Amino acid sequence: MSNRSLPDLVPDSKIRLPKQAERTLSSGLTVIAIRRPAVPLVELRLRVPFGRAPLARATLLSQALFTGTATMSSIDIAAELQAVGGGLSAGLDPDTLLVTGNSLAGGLDRMLEILAGVLTDPAYPADEVATERERLVDHIQVAQSQPAHVARTALLKRMYGRHPYAVQTPEPEQVRGVRPAQLRALHADRVRPDGSVLVLVGDINVEKAIDTAEKALGGWIGAGRDGNLPATPPLEPGPLLLVDRPGAVQSSLRMALPAVPRTDPDYAALQLANMVFGGYFSSRWVENIREDKGYTYGPHTAIEHFLAGSALVVAAEVATEVTGPAMLETLYELGRIASLPPGEEELEQARRYALGTLRLGMSTQAGLAGLASIYASFGLRLDYLTEHSAALSSATREQVAEVAAQYLAPSRAVSVVLGDAEKVEGQLAALTPVERGAA
Amino acid sequence: MKIPATKYPVERFTLDNGLRVVLTPDRSAPVVGVAVVYDVGIRSEPQGRTGFAHLFEHLMFQGSENLEKLAHFRHVQGAGGSFNGSTHLDYTDYFEVLPAGALERALFLEADRMRGPRLTEENLRNQVDVVKEEIRVNVLNRPYGGFPWLKLPPVMFETFPNAHDGYGSFTDLESATVDDAAEFFRKYYASGNATLAVAGDFDVATATKLIEHHFGDVPARPKPQLPDFAEPGPSAERRESYVDRLAPLPAVASAWRVPDPIADFTDYLPYVVLAEVLTDGDASRLVERLVQRDRIATTIGGYIGFMGDEYQVRNPTALLLQAHLPPGGDTDKVLRVVDEELDRLATGGLTAGELARTQARMATHLLRDTDAVLGRALPMAVLELQRGRPELLNELPKLVGEVTEAQIVAAAATLRPERRATVEVVPGVNQ
Repeated sequence: MSNRSLPDLVPDSKIRLPKQAERTLSSGLTVIAIRRPAVPLVELRLRVPFGRAPLARATLLSQALFTGTATMSSIDIAAELQAVGGGLSAGLDPDTLLVTGNSLAGGLDRMLEILAGVLTDPAYPADEVATERERLVDHIQVAQSQPAHVARTALLKRMYGRHPYAVQTPEPEQVRGVRPAQLRALHADRVRPDGSVLVLVGDINVEKAIDTAEKALGGWIGAGRDGNLPATPPLEPGPLLLVDRPGAVQSSLRMALPAVPRTDPDYAALQLANMVFGGYFSSRWVENIREDKGYTYGPHTAIEHFLAGSALVVAAEVATEVTGPAMLETLYELGRIASLPPGEEELEQARRYALGTLRLGMSTQAGLAGLASIYASFGLRLDYLTEHSAALSSATREQVAEVAAQYLAPSRAVSVVLGDAEKVEGQLAALTPVERGAA
Repeated sequence: MKIPATKYPVERFTLDNGLRVVLTPDRSAPVVGVAVVYDVGIRSEPQGRTGFAHLFEHLMFQGSENLEKLAHFRHVQGAGGSFNGSTHLDYTDYFEVLPAGALERALFLEADRMRGPRLTEENLRNQVDVVKEEIRVNVLNRPYGGFPWLKLPPVMFETFPNAHDGYGSFTDLESATVDDAAEFFRKYYASGNATLAVAGDFDVATATKLIEHHFGDVPARPKPQLPDFAEPGPSAERRESYVDRLAPLPAVASAWRVPDPIADFTDYLPYVVLAEVLTDGDASRLVERLVQRDRIATTIGGYIGFMGDEYQVRNPTALLLQAHLPPGGDTDKVLRVVDEELDRLATGGLTAGELARTQARMATHLLRDTDAVLGRALPMAVLELQRGRPELLNELPKLVGEVTEAQIVAAAATLRPERRATVEVVPGVNQ
């Protein structure tokens, strides 16, 4: 057997931000352009504030946004985008209507013209809306048969109570009741440039790209509406909510813990504490319940940020027969990170992972576009990468221990398990009070 | 619109132990991607050992000559990187993406497990458990699990290598032994049966030295003969259905055999384009007709290769169409309308601009994938392994753009009902 030692790492160079430019147009639309010419493409992200929008209508609007304008049918839109190698689609989260797209770099003008038509002159034709409405209903019905979706739905309700974030998917009956006129009205009211952010990333001249956007989107006007939501309520720990899924061969285990936004002085330390606990493969929790015990395949934890609040979510699909033991190890690892300071070496490993991930995330056009767009919706810019790197680099073991005690304590968790209640209720009740409930 | 191309440089060489190496430097971001691909996949696993190629992939992460269990993961992530592996029909890949300064570490880690994984009873049992949970989460505990990639091959194919369940039965997984794993490694994981590709921010001369240093003394073993998995295509329509007790709505998938992706690449490529002509976006033929106009499907998609890896699969393979239907949807009707549209294409040809716009969109998808270092390292490693042509990655947008209407029409004309294999999902929720 040979005896070889692990090669040293060559220290990272300083983070270099790509060339970028920004302009807020007279309409209130902010345009950010970023140059990464590696491939001859351009990525587009448009975020329109959509907080407080009625859920069923907003969801259908996001699915029907490209169904037609006064001059183009849905097929015209799709075909003309394709002709420049382009594609656009829309999605919704509780804060934002998000348009995502890309095209060949030479097709940017055309893609923006088509987008402008959709934004300023939407038709929401009755036939196409009816098709999208039925598709959305089918899609929701399928989602409701997926354990990950059902568990998420139950967790959100438990986390957010009466806050609008508590329900993020409409019921099929609510969608069935939405009429095209209501989409037109919602569009006129909320699809507005004021407060929206357009991000373009790719093989572009940044100033020219902004000029192009200004020209194409010049006709998109209208004051923004107040879509601000009240801050999310504090989590209210209580009995574990057990949702029955008879015959399930796995249980979906979910926990939510408090967290802070990206700009909070505690954020870097909390991110590191989460990593040491369960936020990446080489964490205590994953090494324990997967690599040691074999209870699960892909356990993960993440800090989720929304405009009205942040939360740390823990998720694992575990075999039915080890649901209790998996919960036991989860409570143990949370208790351990909350009670004892992390080791120096495991903290350094987590720190290097967090720093490396930032670099990897900005190494593609799509990665940069996603980061720039999401940061912008929180009022941040790409230089946050540099600031956050510095914060990650300087967070001390004591700080990490302090935030872990504050945020990762298992006593603060809101817990939901979706599984075969008859088989798992006893296992779970041995560890924590359990109440049965519906998703 | 003119279809652009990438010009990623490609350097190739072979070490004395037979390891084929591809280097593709690009200094636009301070990151590197490292991929090692072995020429063994699901089709090579022995009878009675379904799922073994994938189980073995897991074992390659469980420690190796100089590395304890957990060390691989910790060394990659502790360098700021991410890792994974995946098992395909014809190959198994292992890869990392890391900050550029961690290149040598990644090469060390890959070389160490190429010399030999630590195969222990404890690690084997642990990973059998993990794989069973993987199968539960992806197949058994969710609606449409394994549809159609695990459900259609047994309808389309006759022989074990092509037809069997690549995730594996629990019985077979539980029967696997450490000796099986040692034999599988000995037979298939020879350096001469593998390729290494490195993409991203590095200097070619330096990387070459590092590769020679770390991989040069991996002992050579004989490489296995490339198996021939050819079998005749269906001579009459084949159709099966099954009840998915978790699925709320019907679904259907059909597949037709296509020419050999490697030996007959020129004849094969039109099928790749045809799948997009039929299903890419709202302006494509089948989406327009089935989803928008007739409303007999909620979604329809088309692609080549049961795992969607059209440029990384060997013969035999297929063009697949899969549709999800609304409540009470009629799968016969969906198939009839698909046939009608294929006929219309085969007899009436394409509309003006239809091919060019599809090709432009395909170019965007191809170019977009290559922007990530792993989007170059992984396909180049497989293209080297299967074709000795990693530079094909640069050429694909242009080659796709050169496919003609006549070729598309001819390809569509072969997608006849009597050559089709179909599997249907009968919704079993509340039944």
